[in-house]
Amino acid sequence: MALDDLYREVILDHYTHPRNKGSLDGADIKVDGANPLCGDELSIYVKLAAGLISDVRFVGRGCSISQASASMMTEQIKGKTLPQARALVGRFKAMMHGEDVPEEELGDLMALQGVRKFPVRIKCATLAWVALDQGAEEFEGARGKVESTATSEVE
Amino acid sequence: MVPESVRDDFPILSRTVHGKRLVYLDSAATSQKPRRVIDALVRYYTTYNANVHRGIYEMAEEATRRYEESRATLAAFIGARRPEELVFTRSTTEAINLVAYAWGRATIRSGDEIILTEMEHHSNLVPWQLLAAEKGAKLRFIPFDGQGQLQLDVYERLLSPRTKLVALAHQSNVLGTINPVKEIAARAHAAGAKVLVDGAQSAPHMPVNVADLGADFFAFSGHKMCGPTGAGAIWARYEILDAMPPFHGGGEMIMLVQLETSTYKEPPHKFEAGTPNIGDCIVWGEAADYLQGIGMGAIREHEKRLTAYALHALGDVPGLAVFGPRDVEDRGGVVAFTLEGVHPHDVAQVLDQEGIAVRAGHHCTQPLHRRLGVAATTRASMYLYNTESDIDALVRGLHVVRKLFSPRPAPAQR
Repeated sequence: MALDDLYREVILDHYTHPRNKGSLDGADIKVDGANPLCGDELSIYVKLAAGLISDVRFVGRGCSISQASASMMTEQIKGKTLPQARALVGRFKAMMHGEDVPEEELGDLMALQGVRKFPVRIKCATLAWVALDQGAEEFEGARGKVESTATSEVE
Repeated sequence: MVPESVRDDFPILSRTVHGKRLVYLDSAATSQKPRRVIDALVRYYTTYNANVHRGIYEMAEEATRRYEESRATLAAFIGARRPEELVFTRSTTEAINLVAYAWGRATIRSGDEIILTEMEHHSNLVPWQLLAAEKGAKLRFIPFDGQGQLQLDVYERLLSPRTKLVALAHQSNVLGTINPVKEIAARAHAAGAKVLVDGAQSAPHMPVNVADLGADFFAFSGHKMCGPTGAGAIWARYEILDAMPPFHGGGEMIMLVQLETSTYKEPPHKFEAGTPNIGDCIVWGEAADYLQGIGMGAIREHEKRLTAYALHALGDVPGLAVFGPRDVEDRGGVVAFTLEGVHPHDVAQVLDQEGIAVRAGHHCTQPLHRRLGVAATTRASMYLYNTESDIDALVRGLHVVRKLFSPRPAPAQR
């Protein structure tokens, strides 16, 4: 098991230069995610326009895997509808839990596949995704602005 | 002086991890075990495994005798006057809970206060939260300063006639601070309060004398002192144990049982309901003998030298910040640190690939970390079998971490 599998260059790049970092005024969805065990925490802000995710940002602190994964997620879901974003969450979580998901569905996110070999780190990679999914689910249920809190799933 | 040859006593130290020599720096979590202790456990199960205090046959008598001999060894190890003052438990955590439930429930009343410190392990915090919530008692906390030292002037002001207990770690499992228990206990007693000392991190690493400390309760465990997991103990002065109601009810702890009521044995058996962890408790005594053969004073000196070496070597790593006292007279061989720009889990993950075992996280001290203003730390902790070359390996490993997470050119904007 090589360290390069975990710390792919694209992950280190997103960790040291996170994309879409910062908060977002007037967000339609704001959701906090936390992993109390390792102290990872982040907040995700989503703005919708005409049914599409027009902007998405995150703030947080934590390990390279949790922060890089959040950064990569923001790039992937911008421009998608909420149901499309949630479908991607499903595909990403499936990949992290060992399913074979075709590369064309996940693109750069495949770099996080190596995390699977380090079971205690899987929840780091899924933290942002679990939070987004919960925020989106509550938004769809409430049909309005949502502020929510998610904790990382128990593996 | 601890000779480097003690390493040969620990079979596990000859294994490799990811093709590298194992550098074990997580003894504050659990220590490694010498061959002598491992053999003693095998000997128990292969030659005299039997239940204690009941069988009228040779093996049961041998098991009982050795179980009680171990109690005497461990009582003497911490300077107790009588073996009956030492009650076996599963762990330090259970030992503290025993006091919180048996002594605490009978003693603490609404409006009473329990003084703890801001550096406590969750196991010396949560049991008191439960007790305080049940009784309407209040918890007060001694803060620590920038050097990781308890602020005794604040402690002085917290003490009052309402104070019924002062419970604190002898040595912090994160800051390494060795707390001035003797001084704290004297002031507590003057205010009429009892003193519980969490000795999980001290008993394995330095000479301990409960009478000299002025403790009323002292909790510790076997697995951090070269013994097996699953064996711990609470020591308390006999009069206190004698006046306390039982903890768990069941077999072994009773004198006479009727359908409606029972009478109980004398301490320590009053607090040891059910079949105890016989083999591990016996073997824990073997571990104490092993450590005393080397000398607890010698182990403390060895760790002081090694800690001074580590503090100096880590100080040369750019971006690294160590917590706790700078003077090794005031601290043990537990060194928690942060490395700028790298999360402790990433530090530990990379070190693991270099064969180096350290702990990363909050080390069961969330309030302490909140006080330090960090979510987590990396912790290297030493024991008698560690050497300067282990520290050198740690420093080399940290340079690997820094290189991997070094700043890279910003990506092209999309």
